[in-house]
Amino acid sequence: MPDQVASAPPTTVNLTIDGKSVSVPPGTLLIEAAKQSAIDIPSFCYYPGLALQGACRMCVVLIEKMPKLQTACTTVVTNGMVVHTANEEVKNARKAMLEFLLTNHPLDCPVCDKGGECELQDMVFTYGAAETRFLETKHHEEEKKFSNLVYYDRPRCILCYRCIRVCDEGMDVNAFGIGFRGGHSEIIPNQGEKLECEECGMCIDICPVGALTSGTYRYKTRPWELTYTGTICNHCGDGCKTTLSIRNNEIIRANNRDHSGINGEFLCAKGRFGWDFVNNENRVTAPRIRRDGKQEESTWEEALGTTVARLNDVITRHGANSVAVIGSNHTTNEENYLLSRFARTVLGTNNIDHHRTADFSSLVTALTQSHAVDRHATMQDLGEASSILLIGNNPTPQHPLLAYQIRQAVRQHRARLYIVNSADIKLRRQASLYVQVNPAGEGQALRALMGTQSPGPDMVVAGSASVGTLADELKAESDTIIIFGEEVRGETIGDLVRWGLALPGLTRFIALGDYANSRGAADMGLLPGNLPGYAALSDADARRHFETVWGTKLATQPGHDLRGILGGIQNGEIKALMVFGSNPVKTFNFDRSALRSVEFLVVADLFSTETAEVADVFLPATSFAEKPGTVTNTCGQVQAVKRTMRKPGTRSDLEIILALARQFGHPWPYQSPDDVLREIITNVRGYSIALPTLLLGGAVATSPEGNPPRLEREDLIFSSHDSLFTSGTLSRYSHALNSVEESKRPHDHIF
Amino acid sequence: MSDYENYLKGSPLEVKVITRRIGIPNSASIGVFLQNDGYKALTKALSMKPDEVINEVKNSGLRGRGGAGFNTGMKWSFVPKQSAKPKYVVCNADESEPGTCKDRPLIEFDPHQLIEGIAIAGYAIQSNQGYIYVRGEYRYLLDILDRALEEAYARGYLGKNILSSGFNYDIATHTGAGAYECGEETALLNSLEGLRGYPRVKPPFPAVVGLYGGPTVVNNVETLSNVPSILLNGAEWYSKLGSPKNGGTRLFCLSGHINRPGVYELPMGFPLRRIIEEVGGGIPGGKKLKCVIPGGSSCPVLLPEEIDTPMDFDSLAKIGSMLGSGGVVIMDEDTCMVKAALRISKFYAHESCGWCIPCREGTSWLKTLLTRLHGGAGVPEDPDTALDVAFNILGKTLCPLGDAAALPVISILKKFRHEFEEHVKLGGCPYERKEATVS
Amino acid sequence: MLSESLRAKFDQVIARYPLKRSAIVPLLMFGQDEIGYVSEELIQEIARAVEVRPIEVIEDIGYYSMLHRQPIGKYNFQVCTNISCLLRGGEAMLEHCSKKLGIGHKQTTADGKFSLEEVECLGACCGAPAMQVNYDFFENLTLEKIDALIEKLRKV
Ligand SMILES: Cc1cc2nc3c(=O)[nH]c(=O)nc-3n(C[C@H](O)[C@H](O)[C@H](O)COP(=O)(O)O)c2cc1C
Ligand code: SF4
Ligand code: FES
Repeated sequence: MPDQVASAPPTTVNLTIDGKSVSVPPGTLLIEAAKQSAIDIPSFCYYPGLALQGACRMCVVLIEKMPKLQTACTTVVTNGMVVHTANEEVKNARKAMLEFLLTNHPLDCPVCDKGGECELQDMVFTYGAAETRFLETKHHEEEKKFSNLVYYDRPRCILCYRCIRVCDEGMDVNAFGIGFRGGHSEIIPNQGEKLECEECGMCIDICPVGALTSGTYRYKTRPWELTYTGTICNHCGDGCKTTLSIRNNEIIRANNRDHSGINGEFLCAKGRFGWDFVNNENRVTAPRIRRDGKQEESTWEEALGTTVARLNDVITRHGANSVAVIGSNHTTNEENYLLSRFARTVLGTNNIDHHRTADFSSLVTALTQSHAVDRHATMQDLGEASSILLIGNNPTPQHPLLAYQIRQAVRQHRARLYIVNSADIKLRRQASLYVQVNPAGEGQALRALMGTQSPGPDMVVAGSASVGTLADELKAESDTIIIFGEEVRGETIGDLVRWGLALPGLTRFIALGDYANSRGAADMGLLPGNLPGYAALSDADARRHFETVWGTKLATQPGHDLRGILGGIQNGEIKALMVFGSNPVKTFNFDRSALRSVEFLVVADLFSTETAEVADVFLPATSFAEKPGTVTNTCGQVQAVKRTMRKPGTRSDLEIILALARQFGHPWPYQSPDDVLREIITNVRGYSIALPTLLLGGAVATSPEGNPPRLEREDLIFSSHDSLFTSGTLSRYSHALNSVEESKRPHDHIF
Repeated sequence: MSDYENYLKGSPLEVKVITRRIGIPNSASIGVFLQNDGYKALTKALSMKPDEVINEVKNSGLRGRGGAGFNTGMKWSFVPKQSAKPKYVVCNADESEPGTCKDRPLIEFDPHQLIEGIAIAGYAIQSNQGYIYVRGEYRYLLDILDRALEEAYARGYLGKNILSSGFNYDIATHTGAGAYECGEETALLNSLEGLRGYPRVKPPFPAVVGLYGGPTVVNNVETLSNVPSILLNGAEWYSKLGSPKNGGTRLFCLSGHINRPGVYELPMGFPLRRIIEEVGGGIPGGKKLKCVIPGGSSCPVLLPEEIDTPMDFDSLAKIGSMLGSGGVVIMDEDTCMVKAALRISKFYAHESCGWCIPCREGTSWLKTLLTRLHGGAGVPEDPDTALDVAFNILGKTLCPLGDAAALPVISILKKFRHEFEEHVKLGGCPYERKEATVS
Repeated sequence: MLSESLRAKFDQVIARYPLKRSAIVPLLMFGQDEIGYVSEELIQEIARAVEVRPIEVIEDIGYYSMLHRQPIGKYNFQVCTNISCLLRGGEAMLEHCSKKLGIGHKQTTADGKFSLEEVECLGACCGAPAMQVNYDFFENLTLEKIDALIEKLRKV
């Protein structure tokens, strides 16, 4: 071929498909080349990103000078190739493949669970072969229940092996195999009759037909009876886009079949099945007021009125700083922003904090001081990274999407993964270097890595790679993404950032916080020492800015942090407590009798939690599915949550805060969450978000900037170490998550 | 053990090259082998350059005896000289093509000839490890090979620094467990790697990316057994034995309706008519020939008027069939061709690995359709449907098993359509059980 | 518990390959020869020995037709009815075995002594009709030869 004469390797390959001339990079598969020029070549087993199979033969095309039809999914384009994808021979071949598939496939689309969204059904519709000449009897086999969440129906299975590959290559769980041979071949689970896995359900969504179905959705409804809304999962801090399917005001399922969002097709068990807490029968739908020791249902007016009266009373008798506020890791940015404003301007106290699962403040401080505020890596960056350093945490259960992105980077982009951890975490399988430190030794190892401390003798466990080797290898890398969990906090983060920025290339960082809006809680200032956007109270300019925006003076004295608040409750200094979407009794295992001793406790939540049970006023709040707003994932990417349904009797935290403010005599001008968001955009540093992107379902990266007070005490930062099937208190109300056997396994169990 | 001797009857027309030692008592022992120029060829090969060995084999016109008939020396020459990964020679002893039983005597009675051939191939492509993949049913051959390998190691024809040439070579046997598809070279490699015997997407071809990702030559038992004689007597001598571009001799397995069934070594290009009438002694009971499968069940059948053909790869290709694996199956006038097609389809349906759609679904469709038709429940559309199904399999599967299943059925449906129609008309088989009364 | 000799065989076979898992099928065959079938224990032992997950061993068992997960008769009659045998009475031989043994395809006699299987080409086409009893070939079969063999085996 002429192009071989050329010395330099060609940068593009030119070929002809159905008369169109197409040029693509060398190494492109014919099926992709066609797609790029808007020519559709049908396929079942071909799936971008997964291993090639050449099994379904749907993608056969005619390539001139080739003796027989070729599969476009396995053919790499070459210069001068002339391809026909729509001539009679090709059309007949496709028809034939479909006819073959239908010989043993039930022809009962109207009752099949997949009817209406089945690739085989669509294929037959588009390419023909509906009427079959098959007079023989079809193989019959009973449907199998692989687990409470995954069912398998062999007769419907077309053996495209997508499920197997997504489980092996995507999830690294390897739970599926193939049993028997020839026409008797079938997909088999790893535990005899049963499946033991992460229950992510990826196999269900990727199945083109009705072979694998969801235990929580199957035969409940028909796709065309549903309305779909894309929103953000409310569990972990990764922020997966999930499409909720709603039928008469009830969520029926969640999936991400359109591959939109930062997670593409990915969803973990929590994202796909764990939303059902929303429908849980224990949702509280009427306010409650404690009367002579017992909580009784009340009206919203009464509950809000009582709250304002009691708080006013405490403030007049003991002063504003006798009141404290605990915010949430799950509520929206708009709500957190208003809560911060409420505490400081309405109540007049800086006693506000939340359960901090990562030390975002120290990361922002360090980046600000190094003039590198834009060095936050996004989820997408991670998926394409070439070098990753992971310190602490166990992303597989705690950050399933992040773990998936790391595996993608390693598998698709041959990224090197460096791990420093005290546990034998699953991502070790992808690691090119694994430094196993002694329990809680991450910080120490890190300081040794940075040379701020000499490596202790027994710092790494026997047989582990040395910190020295790690240092050398990292110096040889570039554009490393550094990810760290609770183990790294306070000053260590400062050192890490300065050291990391000195590495070759564009080093970026991710701090791992547990929940859907852990990052947003910090960014929006649910902290005692700073206003929204890490604007330190001590920073006069920053403070004045918000004083003008909010039209009130602000106290400069930092308030109590969460441990301080709990201490204050114990020593009687804190007389009234407001808790929004948080369960400190459980999280901090705080003594309930002490909590009872406060003069007034108001709790806004979805369920009557350990904390809520002792409240004087309980305000039933709406869930993520019932209100609009934005949340910020652990990488600092802002995304919109949408109202998909209503829960009569409940009110959003935003509505609650606005109502309280009004009754306190602060008629704030906000008409809607959007008004609050606009205020955030103009006043929170690093949050100048492009609204259209957000409204179109995009994720907008932020680059907060500020000099908040240094970490008050290390024990403020701790993760709840959730498993694949838990997320703090919420998951206790998910029947689906609790229904799987695997949820009874120890948290660090590897599947 | 087998009573194989029973049918190695021999024929004056044979030209014995690779079977020349068969019949000598203890021919399988290294002693007898060495007395009959055993391992001389290896000694000679080790004194040549690897490329010289490859050229010798290339020029001999030796073509693959496993079925595809690809020039063996050519195949070896595709193996890259430099390779980061180890290279391998894999001997295909999965012999499973219905009508084929020639590799069996070669291993049973002359295992050292095969071992010598493998070692020479290994030297030619500069590999250090060979495997012999033996079908599971041939367990006793596995034992014979293991014994022979022990002898070869003991005498220094295998192992380190063979005949102080500096060349190291190891050979190990590997048993299959019942799967025709594992004879297909890429499925065989997967099977040898402990995986299900699914074929691989080609390219890359095994010569470049094969066993454990290393360059690999896969050759049939008979092919490799020819190599020592070629090196001893030269490419020219060997090519002259056969017909143009079809070097040497070939083992033909005569089976079915024939007076002297057996395995015979005849020159490439020997006429089919003479094989049936002279070598095989004609058809029992003086019956007439109905048709003959020339090279194993995957080859299109030939009619009596088509048997005046030389038996070599090119001549058979010319008349639309194949030399395949040398399994000549003769069928007399009383044979039910629907039954024959049915039995062949049953085999391919049973052996389809199930990986790709047309093979998995197509072969079982053919089987069930023909079963129904032969059973008397046929409908007039059946012959056309069957033909269509076969054509829809043909050329569209991942590996050639699909073609192997489609071609014989297509040829039988075309050449004996009237028998299918008759079954439909009669609602049953006019030949029922006749074929069982022979012998 | 697997026998010492079998374990020794395992080690010797595994050593033949650069990749341990290559030994799965041979180990299944040799294990089955000793135990009579592929037992749960055998699956676990092999998985451990070659360092794969049990499901990978099970995938192989399902694929290869000579491996069975249930015990079968001491003498497994495998009668070929493929084309060359068909033409020389293979089906009659199968039927006869079935009548004599009182069992059908893939069945085992109550006393656990005999099993019967209709199999594909055994590579004995020139000795058709042919069968294998376990690994032993019996060729140029006749009804009489079959009777004699069954009698002989019934006695042992
Ligand atoms: C379905 C199928 C089964 C095959 N079975 C065998 C076999 O049993 N023995 C064999 O030598 N070749 C068999 N082949 C051919 C092999 O793929 C391969 O071409 C051959 O072993 C190469 O060796 P050769 O060049 O010496 O013939 C088979 C091919 C196919 C498609
Ligand atoms: S279950 Fe679905 S995805 Fe998996 S092989 Fe079957 S059809 Fe394909
Ligand atoms: S056909 Fe029966 S042994 Fe070959």
